[in-house]
Amino acid sequence: MSRVHIRGGTIIDPSTAGHGTIEADLYIAAGRIVGIGSPPADFTPDRTIAADGQLVVPGLIDLAARLREPGSVRKGGIVPEARAAAAAGITTLLQPPDTQPVTDTPAVVELIHNRSLEAGGARVHPLGALTRALAGEHLTEMAALRDAGCPGLSDGGQPIRNTLVLSRALDYAATFDIPIVLTPQDPDLAAAGLVHDGAVATRCGLPGQPVATETAAVGRLLALAEERGVAIHIGRLSSARAAQMIAEAQRAGLRVSADTAVHYLHLTEEDCSGYNTTAHVCPPLRSAEDRAGLRHYVASGAIGALCSDHQPHDPDAKACPFAASEPGISGLDTLLALTLRLVDEGVLDLRQAIARLTCGPATALRLNAGTLQIGAVADVTLIDPRQRWHVSPETLHSRGHNTPFLGWELTGIATTTLVAGEVVYQAAAAR
Amino acid sequence: MSVQLDAEGRLRHLLTTEGLPRDLLTRILDTAESFSGVLGKSVKKVPLLRGRTIINLFFEPSTRTRTTFELAAQRLSADVLNLDVATSSTSKGESLLDMLHNLEAMQCDAFVVRHADSGAAELIARHVAPGVAVINAGDGRHAHPTQALLDAFTIRRVKGPLEPLTIAIVGDILHSRVARSQLHVLRTLGAGELRLIAPRTLLPRHCEQFGARLFEDMESGLAGADVIIMLRLQRERMSGALLPSESEYFKRYGLTEERLQHAAAEAIVMHPGPVNRGVELDPRVADGPRSVILQQVTNGIAIRMAVMAMILGGYNEPAIASASDEEESG
Repeated sequence: MSRVHIRGGTIIDPSTAGHGTIEADLYIAAGRIVGIGSPPADFTPDRTIAADGQLVVPGLIDLAARLREPGSVRKGGIVPEARAAAAAGITTLLQPPDTQPVTDTPAVVELIHNRSLEAGGARVHPLGALTRALAGEHLTEMAALRDAGCPGLSDGGQPIRNTLVLSRALDYAATFDIPIVLTPQDPDLAAAGLVHDGAVATRCGLPGQPVATETAAVGRLLALAEERGVAIHIGRLSSARAAQMIAEAQRAGLRVSADTAVHYLHLTEEDCSGYNTTAHVCPPLRSAEDRAGLRHYVASGAIGALCSDHQPHDPDAKACPFAASEPGISGLDTLLALTLRLVDEGVLDLRQAIARLTCGPATALRLNAGTLQIGAVADVTLIDPRQRWHVSPETLHSRGHNTPFLGWELTGIATTTLVAGEVVYQAAAAR
Repeated sequence: MSVQLDAEGRLRHLLTTEGLPRDLLTRILDTAESFSGVLGKSVKKVPLLRGRTIINLFFEPSTRTRTTFELAAQRLSADVLNLDVATSSTSKGESLLDMLHNLEAMQCDAFVVRHADSGAAELIARHVAPGVAVINAGDGRHAHPTQALLDAFTIRRVKGPLEPLTIAIVGDILHSRVARSQLHVLRTLGAGELRLIAPRTLLPRHCEQFGARLFEDMESGLAGADVIIMLRLQRERMSGALLPSESEYFKRYGLTEERLQHAAAEAIVMHPGPVNRGVELDPRVADGPRSVILQQVTNGIAIRMAVMAMILGGYNEPAIASASDEEESG
């Protein structure tokens, strides 16, 4: 455990009201933050990192990243993708349980944990399945999954169709106070559509998925959360109307939090024109009005977290007709810069942007992370907020090059990433 | 949709009718007009595509469309290979693009493609070698450009210029590549009024982008229509909870002699085929004096000859008469 002195940066820690943005040095020892501004007595650093002109923020937290292991390792793998996450400034990521086999036993959790230690990149936390094999019938051994290291439980993108089973799963998880991440999709409406049920769907002759796919599901989840009195987190919103429903529920006092993937804040259904399979995601990219509405609720805080919804693919998964292509965007590499772009576009201020990637997701899932307070675990990311970079296969660290942002010019990049006080990534220019 | 036009605005592929300029559409119809002269002669062949190879790549079964493409290619003297892919290599795990590159290695000049997925023809066009042309013979719900062109051609031959015409398209608009392609062609050619008639379950959202008026009942939708295009209704629509039964559909949306009375006095009835008799059309209407369904089939050959000649033969001027006369003597 080394002692690290991060010198000359601008600290932004939205988890604390007191020192939101300060020019100060940061001191780390034994894997924890031990000083801000001034070192503790007798502090001699083993390593000093120059952070002049850079932002020093809590390590980024990504609530949804599929690393494809166990399962389709030709698309990704825990080792390469956890390292890619670290290179993107992410120190903690949550992997949904729809692995193969499903993350529904402590053995799978342990496997993921061991592989992530081997990677030495971002922390990889597996979300456990709410039901066995995600089949929506039998509950998993939730307490055992929690004890094995799952920070939460989820339907893994496969909504529980039977409302009675869902209600009992929520109750049982709440018994052990385990955070729950749920997918806002009516499974039948979702299965019938590939793109937003809008002008592009009609013009391209692709089956449409209406906004009701999401609002009908959110209505059901809110009804259960209210009646059972449980806290839920709703993952990956795509529509303005669903975000509004959640904001209203929060005002009414329900314990409901939500996230969206950052691509829903930059793209619309039009990006699917010309059968662009890299823009094939589930839920689909929606209208410009939905994008504007989501931006509004991210700014208001009703949507408290932004994630990558990282889904790397091999080239064949996208080199086919739209209907045959697999949904998902490789998102780790662009999460930070696309969030900072919202600052440039006047949607968020810098502190809000960092909050949506740090304390926002930490609060939603009750993770012990996302802060630089003294005594906190030293997960820290250094950002050069002015560095411009071009999204291309050469600049992506993830194995998945399936991103509709290829060719975009972005600003802002992680230069150094520390997990528990150890440098897990340092950009060539920062070495 | 720049992939189907070259820098000079000539057709490189025919993937969709969306975005094709009016003068190009008119030139296709004029060229087809000159080819129909050839078709009326005893020797129905011109040497325009002699030595060229065209592969009919059909991932979906089709009799009529494939046959007319084949006939059209043969009448332009091209060599034609029919590949019925529904039953061959894709079931062995070979990807669409792998198969495409294998076929390309056989040095062909054009693919005529039918596929169940919207956008398949465009995908292929983006991946073929330079100089290889792709003609879309129907992709999913998206487009069936030669059908729409032959329909416009038929309307023009029977009714004259499209400007004064009210044209109603009836039936399963939601799933219809034919309707989507027709709407683009007819709108670009300046049709007076376009109408869509369908129950809500068979009508996609945002149809206003096609410049069409929407109707949910036949009587008001057909009122004064000069052209009635009936679409085919697939049997599987009953199982998807889109319609209760064929008989209820026929009662509400079938075209009977009685309903035809609501249309203009000289209205014509069209159908892309094959007709479900007693579902979309009363047989008396299908076989009646207003029906131009068989003319559509004949015109399909001329249109497909025109498209292939323009894309593969560099054939851009409708001056076929002299060329065909030479061939007959040769």
